[in-house]
Amino acid sequence: MESITKARKICHLLLRFLAFGATLSAVIVMATSHEKASVLVFQFEAKYTNTPAFKYFVIGNSLVTVYGFLVLFLPPESFLWRLAVATDLVFTMLLVSSISAALAIAQVGKKGNSHAAWLPICNSVPKFCNQVTGALVAGAIAVIIYMILLLNSIHRVLDPLILRKC
Amino acid sequence: MASGNVEKLELSFSAVPDKPKKDWVLMSLRVLAFLATASATLVMALNKQTKNFVVATIGTTPITVSITAKFHHTPAFIFFVIANGVASLHNLVMIGVDILGPRFDYKGLRFVLIAILDMMNLVLASAGDGAATFMSELGRNGNTHARWDKICDKFESYCNRGGAALIASFIAIILLLVTTVMSISKLKPKN
Repeated sequence: MESITKARKICHLLLRFLAFGATLSAVIVMATSHEKASVLVFQFEAKYTNTPAFKYFVIGNSLVTVYGFLVLFLPPESFLWRLAVATDLVFTMLLVSSISAALAIAQVGKKGNSHAAWLPICNSVPKFCNQVTGALVAGAIAVIIYMILLLNSIHRVLDPLILRKC
Repeated sequence: MASGNVEKLELSFSAVPDKPKKDWVLMSLRVLAFLATASATLVMALNKQTKNFVVATIGTTPITVSITAKFHHTPAFIFFVIANGVASLHNLVMIGVDILGPRFDYKGLRFVLIAILDMMNLVLASAGDGAATFMSELGRNGNTHARWDKICDKFESYCNRGGAALIASFIAIILLLVTTVMSISKLKPKN
């Protein structure tokens, strides 16, 4: 019984560490993506601060990174875990909406929108587009891990004594 | 002495409730959330505006082109409509399950399923919201860096109706969050 408890705790800690790593890498990859290009006569630089959607993505993921870092140090039997589950739910919502917004804008950047006469920009700045795609993939992984953590919390509420594998 | 014991036994049997009391707060929250998501879906799905533009002038006759703005021109709005549609369907099903009561229970699995499905619903609704918010922000302000013109100055009522659908969706998300927290708190540990 003791070894199962320990394995469960290690598994939970590992999941939280993976989530922290995923959000951190999403922030870093998105924040360091910039590329200069010259179209006709103009020189323009593509940065993540050009779009509010990407700014929201970076801010949301950095908030969750800080939260994930703090939660790693929470002692396992403290009563603050209920608050942690509630905050988990709110932060999962934040992560999902930020990645969905960034995905919507990135799709316009890649394919354009013929109805609104918006031209795609990915042909001029391919390196920027690839880095943004990488950041979005990391964000998607973070969302999936946070949803697994939520299901895990529900499972933990149901049988705290009969511990199975996480 | 024996009749006293029998009396006590009878009292204890009649004191056991045979029906759990209904939770009216949760039910009314679900009804409100259903109304909010359904109205967001409908307002965005019926969002359409046609406008005539003068493109060129040959001599004295102007050539007009009529352009229509519909919701399915953008994948973000399509996803918004689908997400809110699924959310309103889920709310409807949950209201039905609440009304029909514990007839469809299987060893208490009902509450777990309701909590998990509520969570998925919340995640889906907030994803649809995030995409539509930033897409309409792009339409309202344009993006000078990517040379994308704003479209809201030409299609005023399309943008306003989209904004109304977004506000309804925000209200729905807050209601869904409270509903999810309540359904999770209904789960009780087995001991």
